[in-house]
Amino acid sequence: MLKGVSLDLKPRELMHIRGPNGTGKTTLLRVICGLLRPEQGRVAWFGESIASVRAEYQSALAYASHEPALKADLTPLENLRFMVGLKRRVTLPELRQSLERTGVAACADLPVRVLSAGQRRRVVMARVLAVRATLWLLDEPFTNLDSAGSDLLSALLAEHVNDGGLALVVAHHDLQLAAAVRRLELSE
Amino acid sequence: MKVGAWQAMTLVVRRELCLSFRRPEQLLQPLVFFLIVTTLFPLGLSLQLSALRDMAPGVLWVAALLSSLLSLDSLFKSDADDGTLEQLALSGQGLTVIVIAKTLAHWLVSGAALVLVSPLVATALGIPPEAFATMLLSLGLGTLTLSWLGAIGAGLTVGLRRGNVLLSLIVLPLAMPLLIFGAGATDHAVSGTSAAGALYFLAALCVFTCTLAPFAATAALRITLD
Repeated sequence: MLKGVSLDLKPRELMHIRGPNGTGKTTLLRVICGLLRPEQGRVAWFGESIASVRAEYQSALAYASHEPALKADLTPLENLRFMVGLKRRVTLPELRQSLERTGVAACADLPVRVLSAGQRRRVVMARVLAVRATLWLLDEPFTNLDSAGSDLLSALLAEHVNDGGLALVVAHHDLQLAAAVRRLELSE
Repeated sequence: MKVGAWQAMTLVVRRELCLSFRRPEQLLQPLVFFLIVTTLFPLGLSLQLSALRDMAPGVLWVAALLSSLLSLDSLFKSDADDGTLEQLALSGQGLTVIVIAKTLAHWLVSGAALVLVSPLVATALGIPPEAFATMLLSLGLGTLTLSWLGAIGAGLTVGLRRGNVLLSLIVLPLAMPLLIFGAGATDHAVSGTSAAGALYFLAALCVFTCTLAPFAATAALRITLD
């Protein structure tokens, strides 16, 4: 599906991946995060193949896919506690702080099933924040967000990149960030 | 600070138990099925108590196997559907650790629960109380083994839309030795003879699947994730 794709990302860089539907943007993200193995070529983290530094690489990345990966019967706080807790030791006040940062602290103790799609997306961003990962891989993170939510996400991305983080974002629309943005256009 | 494998397993088991208790109908469904199936046999066959007692081990074990199968489909399915499986695979913990924790949690809410209600069913089927210890032990080993076998089947069928039928076709033939030796152990206990041989065989099967099935189920899940 994907051919001739080569990219490198340095600290304080954000790469915006664009392209028509079906050009393999999500596939590229899945290859980069290690969920898919490329038939040819390799993905490296600090020069080492991600297969050889799997645990280190996975603890340094936060991936937000199309699906929010939230359990409808659990609260946002419980969802974060169980998923972030697998990556690092985390306290409830820290998680509440992340939810507060993304504007969903008021919903922290409600079941996810009663949250709107936009609120769920904000919970996902709270999870990405709480993981404290170096590399963010975000697949259409602006979907379902209102303008305030989009502004917030843009601010969080800029903050992450300016703090020395890296981010790869698949998004249809232009990113207006207070940070350096590189672009990669995929075509059929 | 990095999270160890044991802490990760504890966290996943707690998460699975929490999810199960939030959906009590999913928890109760296999138990109610078990109770209803075992109640149907004496009603349909109108047997004498002695004849019922002879059939009881087989009835009990067939019902337990089928009840356990009911909940196997959901072992990885909901996590795969909502993207949680990908997050678990990228959690920095080995996928095998996650598979072990999820399978043990599945056994706790399905197999162990069946074992706990089995004395009620056994009494209704005329199994003497002296045979309960052997019956409980054999069912405990059998349902745990079935959960491991089911994890392999669930891992292979998780990407299929109607995978539950295929899952049954994969797991039931593998479960035949369990049925033979599990029902045999209970039968020996009912008739007052030694059930040690059948129990040892069940224990060996349980150890075998506990040792190898997590790796097989992990490999099956990786195929789905790819």
